[in-house]
Amino acid sequence: MKSAVTWMQRTAAAAAMVVMGVTGASAQEPSGEPIKVGILHSLSGTMAISETTLKDAMLMLIEEQNKKGGVLGRPLEPVVVDPASDWPLFAEKARELISQEEVAVVFGCWTSVSRKSVLPVFKELNSILFYPVQYEGEESERNVFYTGAAPNQQAIPAVDYLIDEGVERWVLEGTDYVYPRTTNKILEQYLKDKGVADEDIIINYTPFGFSDWQTEVSRIKEFGSTGKKTAVVSTINGDANVPFYKELGNQGIEATDIPVVAFSVGEEELAGIDTAPLVGHLAAWNYFMSVDTPENEDFIAKWHEFIGNEDRVTNDPMEAHYIGFNMWVKAVEEAGTTDPDEVIAALPGTEVPNLTGGTSVMLPNHHITKPVLIGEINDEGQFDVVSETEDLVPGDAWSDFLPESAKLKADWVELKCGNYDTEAEKCLGDTAMAEEAAN
Amino acid sequence: MTPSIRWLLAALTFLFSAISVAPVHAQESDPAATIQKFGGKQSYDETEAVISELAATGDARVARALRALREGDLYWRESDEAVFIAERNGDNYDLLDPLTGEPAGSEPRGDMSKVRVKNSIRNAVTTALGSLTLRAENPAQRMRAAETLFSEADPEMIEPLDAAIEAESNADVLIRMQEARAAAVLASDRPAPEKAEAAQVLANRGDRESLTMLNRFANSTEDQAARTAAIAAIAAIENNIAFWNQAQNIWYGLSLGSVLLLAAIGLAITFGVMGVINMAHGEMVMLGAYTTFVVQEFIRTSAPGLFEWSLLIALPLAFLVSGTVGLVMERGLIRFLYGRPLETLLATFGVSLILQQAVRTIFGPSNREVGNPDWMSGAFDIGLMSVTWNRLWIIIFALAVFAALLIVLNKTPLGLQMRAVTQNRSMASAMGIRTPWVDAMTFALGSGIAGIAGVALSQVDNVSPNLGQGYIIDSFMVVVFGGVGNLWGTLVGAMSLGILNKFLEPYAGAVLGKIVVLVLIILFIQKRPRGLFAQKGRFVDA
Repeated sequence: MKSAVTWMQRTAAAAAMVVMGVTGASAQEPSGEPIKVGILHSLSGTMAISETTLKDAMLMLIEEQNKKGGVLGRPLEPVVVDPASDWPLFAEKARELISQEEVAVVFGCWTSVSRKSVLPVFKELNSILFYPVQYEGEESERNVFYTGAAPNQQAIPAVDYLIDEGVERWVLEGTDYVYPRTTNKILEQYLKDKGVADEDIIINYTPFGFSDWQTEVSRIKEFGSTGKKTAVVSTINGDANVPFYKELGNQGIEATDIPVVAFSVGEEELAGIDTAPLVGHLAAWNYFMSVDTPENEDFIAKWHEFIGNEDRVTNDPMEAHYIGFNMWVKAVEEAGTTDPDEVIAALPGTEVPNLTGGTSVMLPNHHITKPVLIGEINDEGQFDVVSETEDLVPGDAWSDFLPESAKLKADWVELKCGNYDTEAEKCLGDTAMAEEAAN
Repeated sequence: MTPSIRWLLAALTFLFSAISVAPVHAQESDPAATIQKFGGKQSYDETEAVISELAATGDARVARALRALREGDLYWRESDEAVFIAERNGDNYDLLDPLTGEPAGSEPRGDMSKVRVKNSIRNAVTTALGSLTLRAENPAQRMRAAETLFSEADPEMIEPLDAAIEAESNADVLIRMQEARAAAVLASDRPAPEKAEAAQVLANRGDRESLTMLNRFANSTEDQAARTAAIAAIAAIENNIAFWNQAQNIWYGLSLGSVLLLAAIGLAITFGVMGVINMAHGEMVMLGAYTTFVVQEFIRTSAPGLFEWSLLIALPLAFLVSGTVGLVMERGLIRFLYGRPLETLLATFGVSLILQQAVRTIFGPSNREVGNPDWMSGAFDIGLMSVTWNRLWIIIFALAVFAALLIVLNKTPLGLQMRAVTQNRSMASAMGIRTPWVDAMTFALGSGIAGIAGVALSQVDNVSPNLGQGYIIDSFMVVVFGGVGNLWGTLVGAMSLGILNKFLEPYAGAVLGKIVVLVLIILFIQKRPRGLFAQKGRFVDA
C-alpha cells in the first residue's frame, strides 16, 4: 500500500517535472552526456536494513543536484547496483560500476569488510569511493574519502563525556569483528592512560546477531554493583542491539544506574523499538535528526518529500553522504573535469556546510572535520543533545593511542602517502602508488 | 564530590542568598516560586541548583514537579517562561499546575519548551525525592525512598531515617529503612559498637551492594571483634551469591533452551518425523513473527483496548499463515522431491530466500516494532536471582506447545496416521490411509508450529526479514543432537544445549562458548550418530 502510494507520488512528481521542463525550460537545464554516479549499497541480505536508506538518500541528492543544473552543466545519472550484503560481491559490483558503467565516482559500502574488499578494485582501476560510515580508522587510501567518523571523532569524545559525568568503571561490549576490536583496543589504551585500573575495565565480545543477552547483562549488573559509577561503551552492531536493550530494560537497569553509550545505534535503529525503557541511554554521532538548524530542517523536509513518508528518519551516515556528495560536486566544478586524478587532487581543502551549522573540510588525510555530539535517547525515538564539542574535530586516520600507529601520518597532498612513518621518515605503503600519485 | 556535599553546599548557598539578597521575603521557601525557576533556557548546573533548592524546602508537595522533571514532562512557556507539567494531546499540550496538578489550560506544541534533563539531573531528582518521600502516604513510595537512601549511604540522613523508622507501620518498609540507616551508619563516624550492629543488619540483607559496603567496613574498622564478624558475614554472603549464581545459570539455560525448543519443535516434525531437510523452516518462524506484527498494527489502529490480548489473537493466525505456506510448499514443491535430500535442501533454501525477499519488499528491510504486553514486561526477584516475566512465559509456552504436540501425535487420528506413514508407508497405504494427504498435513502442522514459535520469539528477538536465519542452524543442531524422530529427544536436547551454553558463557565468553558447544556436539555425534534418543526398531533403516 505504502509503496504504491510512494510510487504514484513519484510518478506524479516526475510527470510534473517533465511538464515544467517543456513549458518553461529553466536556464539551468543540464544537457549533454550524463555523468554517471555509482551507488554501491546492499539492497538485500542482512545489511539491507541500514544500506537501503543510504541508496535512497543518494538518489535524492542526485535529483536535487540535477534540479540545480547538474554538474559542469551535465546531468547526473545514478547507477544503482545491489551487492546483497555479500563481501566478495562488493568487489565484483565495484568492478562492474567502474569498468562497464564507467561511473565517475562511487558512493557506497557500510561494513569495514566490504570496504576492504573493494579497496584493491578502486586502486587498480583508479576511481573514487566515498565511504559514509563511522569506522575503526587505521587506514588512509588515495582513492577513498572517509566522510564517516574516525575513532577520535566519536569514541574518544564519548568516553571523555562519561568521565566528566563521574564514570569510573567501564564495560566495553562489542560484536566480534574488526570495528569493535580496534575501537576497544584504542579505548582500553586511552582509559589506562587516564589512570583507570585494569580491574575497572572489562571487554566482552558476542557473535553477530546475538539475541540471548541474559548472562551478559547480569554480568554487567554485577560488575556495576561495586558502588563505583559504571558505564557500558557499546560497539554492538546491527540487529543484536534491540534484544540487548530489551534485556537491560527487563533486568531493571536504567540509564541513571548504568548508562550505555552506543556508536552504532542511531535514529534508524531506534525506529524498530519501543524506546520508553531506553530513555537516557546515550549515543555519540556527528549528526542527530533533532539538531535544530535551518540546513537540517531543509534536509529533513526534502527527505520526507522524496521518500513520501513523514515517519522516515534521517541519520548520521546520510549526513556523511550529504557532505561527501557536495564535496565531490564542488571538487569536480573546481577541477572542471571528472577525471579521477584531478578530482582526487582537488578534494583536499574543499569546504562545504554540514547539517549541524558548521563547515566541514576535506583534510589531506582524506578524512573530514566534524563536530561530535552526544545525545540521550528520548521517548520519541530521537536524541536530545547533551554535549557538543566546541570546534569541529579533524578526523585522525591513525590513532594516537595505539603505539604502532601513533607515529604514522597520512597526507596525500604534501607527502603523497597514506601511512608515512614519522620516525623512520619514509612511506611504508605501496611506494609505486605514491609515485603514481605524484605523476 | 558526593551528592550530599553538593546538596549541602547548594542549601547553604540558598540560605545565604535568602538572607543577604531578599531579607524582606520572610516566606522565601515558597515552593511554587522556586519551581518557576526551571523556566527559561538553563544550563544543567542551574537546573541542578533549583532541584537542591526544592529539596531544601522539605515540602513534599514539590515531589510532583520533580517527578515530572525526571520523566521529561516539565515544560516552560516560551512567551512568559512559566513552568507547567505538559501532557501531549494531538498538536497541543494540556497543561497542569506543577505544584497542585490542577488543569491550567492548553498550548500549541510549538510554544512550549522542555526543561532539559540528562542522567545526572535524573539522579539528583531521585536523591531529592528519596528524602522528600520518606514520610509519603503511599508505602510503595516510602519503599523506593528507603532503597534510594540505601544506595546513597549518606550519614546526613541518619536522623531523618530515625524519625521515619519511629513512625513506620509497614513491616517490609521498616526493614528497608533500617537497612538504609545501617548503610548510612557505616559511612558515618559513629562509635564502633553502633557500626558493628549496622554491619549485622547488612549481613542479613546479604546482596551485592551490602557485600561492597561490608568489604569497605572490614578494611577500615579498628575494632577487632567487629572486623571478624564482618569477615564472617562477607564469607556467608559470598557463598550465598555463588549459590544463586548457579541457580541463575540454570534458569538462563532453561530459558535459552525453551527458545531453542520453540524454534526446533516444528523442525522435529518436518525433519524429524518426515525426513525433509527444510531450510525454509526459519522463514516459517519469521512469518509467525510478522503475523504478530500485523495483528498488533491492526489492534493499534482499530481496537487499542485489545493490545494485552494481541499475542493470544496472533497465535491461531500465525499457525494458519505459516501452516498454509507450508501446505503450499509441500504440495507445490517438496512432494516431487521425496527421497532426494540434496535437491530438497537446495529447493527449500531457494524458497527461504524468496520468502525473505518477499517480506523485505512488503514490510521493508528494517526491524518492525512488536510491543510487549504489560504482563510480559519487567522482572521479579527470587532470592538473589531476578526472573524476567517474558522469559518465564516463554518457558511455560514452549512446554505447553510441546505437550500439545505430544497429544496430537499420540491421541488423535491424524497423529496415528502420521506415525503409521512414517513407520511403514506401504503398509499404511494398504490399510487405506491417504499417504500424500497425511504428508501434506504433517508438513503443514510442522510449519504451523514454527509460526506459533514466531509469535513467542517476536518478544525476545528482532522482527526483521533475517529473523529465521539465526535459528535454522540451532534448530537442526537440537533435532540432530536430541535424536531424529523423537519429540522427547528434542526437548532434552534443547534444554541441555541451553544449559551447557549458559554454563560455558561466563567462563569462555559468548563467542568461544558457542564454538565449544559446536565442537562438543560434533564429538557427540561421532560417538552416537543417532543422537541422544535413538529410534529403535525395524523401521529405522527403512
